[in-house]
Amino acid sequence: MISFTVNGKQRQVDVPPEMPLLWVIRESLNLTGTKYGCGIAVCGACTVHVDGAAVRSCVTPASAVAGRKVTTIEGLSERGDHPVQRAWTEVDVPQCGYCQSGQIMSAAALLARKPAPTDADIDDGMSGNICRCGTYQRIRAAVNRAAAIKKGGA
Amino acid sequence: MKTLVSRREILKGGLAVGAGLTVGFTLPRRGRAQTQGVFAPNQWLRIDRDGVVTITNSVPEMGQGSLTTTPMIIADELDAKLDNVKVEQAPANPALYKNPVTGSQSYGGSRGVRDHLDLWRKAAASAREMLKQAAANEWGVPVESVETEEGAVIHRPTGRRLQYGQLVDKAQALPVPQNPKLKTPDQFKYIGKAVKRRDTPDKVTGRGIYGIDVQVPGMLVGSIERCPVFGGKVQSFDASATKAIKGVKDVVQVSNGVAVVADNFWTAVQGRRALKVTWDEGPTAQVSSALITREYEAASKQPGQVARNDGDAEKVLAGGGKVYEAVYQVPFLEHACMEPMNATAQVSRDSCVIWAPTQNPGGTQATAARITGLPPEKVIVNTTLLGGGFGRRGEIDFIVDAVETAKAVGAPVKVVWTREDDITHGFYRPATYNVFRAALGANGMPEAWSTRVVGPGIQIQKGRAQAGTIDPAAVEAVRNMPYDIPNLRIEWNNKDLGIPLGFWRSVGPSQNGFIIESFIDELAHAAGKDPFEYRRALLGKSPRHKAILELVAKRGNWGAPMPAGQGRGIAVVFSYGSYAATVAEVAVAPDGAVKVNKLVCGIDAGIAVNPDAVRAQMEGGAVYALTAAFYGQITIDRGRVQQSNFNDYQMLRINEMPMVDVQILDSGEAPGGLGEPGVPTVAPAVTNAIFAATGKRIRKLPIDRNDLKRA
Repeated sequence: MISFTVNGKQRQVDVPPEMPLLWVIRESLNLTGTKYGCGIAVCGACTVHVDGAAVRSCVTPASAVAGRKVTTIEGLSERGDHPVQRAWTEVDVPQCGYCQSGQIMSAAALLARKPAPTDADIDDGMSGNICRCGTYQRIRAAVNRAAAIKKGGA
Repeated sequence: MKTLVSRREILKGGLAVGAGLTVGFTLPRRGRAQTQGVFAPNQWLRIDRDGVVTITNSVPEMGQGSLTTTPMIIADELDAKLDNVKVEQAPANPALYKNPVTGSQSYGGSRGVRDHLDLWRKAAASAREMLKQAAANEWGVPVESVETEEGAVIHRPTGRRLQYGQLVDKAQALPVPQNPKLKTPDQFKYIGKAVKRRDTPDKVTGRGIYGIDVQVPGMLVGSIERCPVFGGKVQSFDASATKAIKGVKDVVQVSNGVAVVADNFWTAVQGRRALKVTWDEGPTAQVSSALITREYEAASKQPGQVARNDGDAEKVLAGGGKVYEAVYQVPFLEHACMEPMNATAQVSRDSCVIWAPTQNPGGTQATAARITGLPPEKVIVNTTLLGGGFGRRGEIDFIVDAVETAKAVGAPVKVVWTREDDITHGFYRPATYNVFRAALGANGMPEAWSTRVVGPGIQIQKGRAQAGTIDPAAVEAVRNMPYDIPNLRIEWNNKDLGIPLGFWRSVGPSQNGFIIESFIDELAHAAGKDPFEYRRALLGKSPRHKAILELVAKRGNWGAPMPAGQGRGIAVVFSYGSYAATVAEVAVAPDGAVKVNKLVCGIDAGIAVNPDAVRAQMEGGAVYALTAAFYGQITIDRGRVQQSNFNDYQMLRINEMPMVDVQILDSGEAPGGLGEPGVPTVAPAVTNAIFAATGKRIRKLPIDRNDLKRA
């Protein structure tokens, strides 16, 4: 049994310790907002927060999060109104949308670290997330917008 | 499932195919039983007594915005309030939801808006006329004296007003107008305005359900070990170690390999690793990229089938003047949808239910019917959100996986591919080898032009075009190149080495746009002329090409000086009913690194139904093209794909994203496509810009920075 906190709730799962957190989240806990893209930590679709930091859940063994706090896209905000989600909606970022949970989790972690990111900070913080539909231009705009919303300039 | 049942009831109740009044516009037969309290004049919309309008979207949502655009079109012509409109994804039912142009319920070729705009408008307009008639009857006034406004019929002289919901029962009893009057463009409320996507809220909260997210009670998860060599078969397998793994439920042989079925995906993949499979690799095991190139090169020396022959290019080229020659090569490419292939199936004795992220609900239904032996109407297809399509999800291989596996194990099964499965078992954009020869006249303009395309034919390989004919996809955007050249010869040599082929976002024009727009650029420079003016002078017979080219040139400051090491390039290509042009600005570092700073992408798609969706498609098309230009390459060794995941089949990332300035030219012509036309002009605009910056001509994709080193 591995116990950890997911989106504020204490959870216990009976899975092999080496099972990636991604599949624990998706298949044991039925939180399907976190996506599988590559399984080798190069596309970012599986990004979640562990104790506030963005991690690739596809290569994080379940045992590594024992006793820690995991946040998925479902727990980023109660009503889907985290500044990043609001900005993403305003700019209409998603196309197919499959990578966007990961993009949003990366952006939220970036803004927690750097509330006023430069363009270079955005490129740095977001370049681990692939979007095959090519929404990068809107992601840039939305990260800037989210920073403004967070600052209170909404 | 609940919505599915109610939808089926309604279809059963009143929307069966009746006498069609125009192509694809099917109407219920009068006098048939109708669902009480619902006004459903055709298969595209229904209105209930509460005034809620439900629109059925037949075009799968793969990111292009069909869940938003389809209701915009219908709500506009219906004069419904867009906020009061619900959208459902159509079930597989080709009789009702086939594309009216292609005749199949399969969506590719950028056919969403362009093939349906008239049909949907007519369907909605006929409903609006019925509602007006119902209100006029109610009030005892002539129908000409009533009008509609945001979900209500009004009679201005008396100020009377009836909501659509109040007219449902009366309207349903009326005959369906055969030739409804359509709005004029100045009356559009939504068409032509930027409307927010309806699917965004679900996509920013993780609530959107893609195929890979489907959960069915009692469902198992399967993953299939496939022969690494294309066309290889299972000879034998030993699953004893696999079956010893806790959570593995079954191991079954299916057409595409050996399926390991388990409680969850991760366990299924562990099970695959423990399998011992002996493969019969078959003849493709002899094929490698080097062999393919050699075969192409040899074939390029042989005459091909003549796809176009104006004047006598050979005679001019043999006339003793200077002949400009070039060879252009492009590689195989994989679609790499972010959501790996998957499908879920539940097979019982008398029914089959499928949940799939498919571009091809009709083909999915037919495939499942064939495998299960059930009649097609017993196969229910639920089309989920698609995590990317790009042509890959028009194939039915992943449907076969799910149906065969579910049938074999007797339980609902979701079969999920790994990323490695996806990259190594795709349907690839053909690699081609293209030989160009041209002669210029005294004025520097092309007097003769010859292109010989060598490569396989997608349509022929798939059996959709006859062997021995010219594959239309192979020569698209070459055969119909727009430049006015008196002696023009286009040939195609079919060379198919057995690599599975597919329709990759923009298909033939994805490579043919690159080769044509590169070689015309070469000729412009050879003639000492400006590449924009050179093209312009040759577009006298192609005014829409010319207009979009001029638009991007102006917007892109064509001709303005640039610093050393930087350059501008231009290209124009017609594809899928639309005219696109791009100006690219690049900077090339001394070490050969290319940075694309800016793209001005122009599009004339006739009409822009949702301009923001048009911009999104153009931005996305540019990224798809840049990824191919800088990284895209699938290579083959002993019949196996050598790439496996995003580490060695790389994608453009945000740090490489140029500023994309999309310019929409609303020409008012018939609607063209948008998903694909943004792709073909981008690679040639970039490589032409690289030439302008460095004097080095890129004739082979992907771009190799080693070729551009100046140090």
